[in-house]
Amino acid sequence: MLDDFMIRAALAGVGTALAAAPLGCFVVWRRMAYFGDATAHAAILGVALALALEVPIYGTVIAAALVMGIAVSTLSGRGFATDTLLGVLAHSALAFGLVAVSFQSGVRVDLMSYLFGDILAVSTTDLAVIWGGAACVAGLVAWRWSSLLLSTVGEDLAIASGVDPRREQMILTLALAVTVAVALKVIGAILISALLVIPAAAARSLARTPEAMALWAGALGILSALGGLGASFRFDTPTGPTIVCVAAVIFLLSMPLGRRKG
Amino acid sequence: MTDPYLLSARGLAVHRGATCVLHGVDLQIQRGEIVTIVGPNGSGKSTLLRALIGAARATEGEVHRAEGLRIGYVPQKLHIDPTLPLTVARFISLPTRRGDAEIADALHHAGLPDLAGRPMSGLSGGQFQRVLLARALLERPDVLMLDEPTQGLDQQGSAAFYQRIEAVRQELNCAVVMVSHELHVVMSASDRVICLNGHVCCVGTPEVVASAPEYRALFGTGTKGALALYRHTHDHGHDHDHPHADVHHEDHAI
Repeated sequence: MLDDFMIRAALAGVGTALAAAPLGCFVVWRRMAYFGDATAHAAILGVALALALEVPIYGTVIAAALVMGIAVSTLSGRGFATDTLLGVLAHSALAFGLVAVSFQSGVRVDLMSYLFGDILAVSTTDLAVIWGGAACVAGLVAWRWSSLLLSTVGEDLAIASGVDPRREQMILTLALAVTVAVALKVIGAILISALLVIPAAAARSLARTPEAMALWAGALGILSALGGLGASFRFDTPTGPTIVCVAAVIFLLSMPLGRRKG
Repeated sequence: MTDPYLLSARGLAVHRGATCVLHGVDLQIQRGEIVTIVGPNGSGKSTLLRALIGAARATEGEVHRAEGLRIGYVPQKLHIDPTLPLTVARFISLPTRRGDAEIADALHHAGLPDLAGRPMSGLSGGQFQRVLLARALLERPDVLMLDEPTQGLDQQGSAAFYQRIEAVRQELNCAVVMVSHELHVVMSASDRVICLNGHVCCVGTPEVVASAPEYRALFGTGTKGALALYRHTHDHGHDHDHPHADVHHEDHAI
């Protein structure tokens, strides 16, 4: 069954959506969308490093994303407004990554697949990495769910209840780095944040509790992945962007529901 | 040897950037007492509470919390991002999951029996405040910390609120630390008043503080009569037609 590239692509899409959905909710609640961008763009820098040093790409991408996440967490609130800082770091990481990749001979064609994903070329090994990573992220978020939620609602409330919000922030950063590595092959560095933010935003209109929102985000993420895969096969369009287009349409359709429920 | 105090601060100073918000604060909180912190705007009242729970870092001195101290914290305000769907019941269950019966009971005692399924964003200021208090009480705190808890309540509502706090203190045998600017009302409900203005100006029973020259220098002398007036009001514990007035009658359980 795994011999069929469409089956492998579908499984990759579903796995990525499952990792991205609950995490994406926190990205939305905590207004970290730009933070997601910075982490994802650092992945290109990770790819460049991995190619230059001839080391495995997944590990290097996680490391680069993690370093970026920690840098942003540490630097924010020290003189620069966070959005300025993230704007500087996100785009610098992308630009330096692209320049660094251009020094490698023979990878110019490959570069597009890291920028926009290449879900149709997912191998069985990639699938193992994607599902392993997704399971780690989902497990981590589920384990910390209550503490993460309380830290999101109010840092002082969390501290008073014995929860350290800085630790929860680090856990989110780690989960984000793993998700970036998982999603790189599926959707590409440029559009990873879209897969985090759009299903979660669409789920907001459908949910009355945080848990319901995370479940809806997962369902809508899977729908986007499978719908996008099907549409790109039918219309011969690039798969990563098509998945995001489907997610965006779902978001648009969800908007009138939000007005009713408030 | 166990520490006789639930909470204590010694030589506490807190800076925000280069600005010194608090300095030289010594403070001890014992089980069962109601302590009120009063002071003008910007005197560091909220910062002191935050330093006591550990949310504001002490730049000098130290804060000591008793081992395993359970803190019920009610912040002055809480902004919940509109993208986060949160019902009253779900909020009350953070971080510890509570059963439906427990939630219903807590809301009943908060005087908000029908709000469990309501989104937090749909509450009025007074309702929001009481949900915050209900959540804090479910933790069965050793010390209850309230930052301007009666903000937005009218005088009758405030009086009912302080009577509820008094009942809570009896029930849980917890300490209560409150910040307030409603000097006269708060003072009549307190065992001890700390007058704060960047440092501790004076400490003592409400009567002592109200007649202290430091206090009068900060707030003038006009509150003395009001203090007596509100004591009078409290002695009666009479009914009034404020919509939330039923709260203080349920003084048996939390």
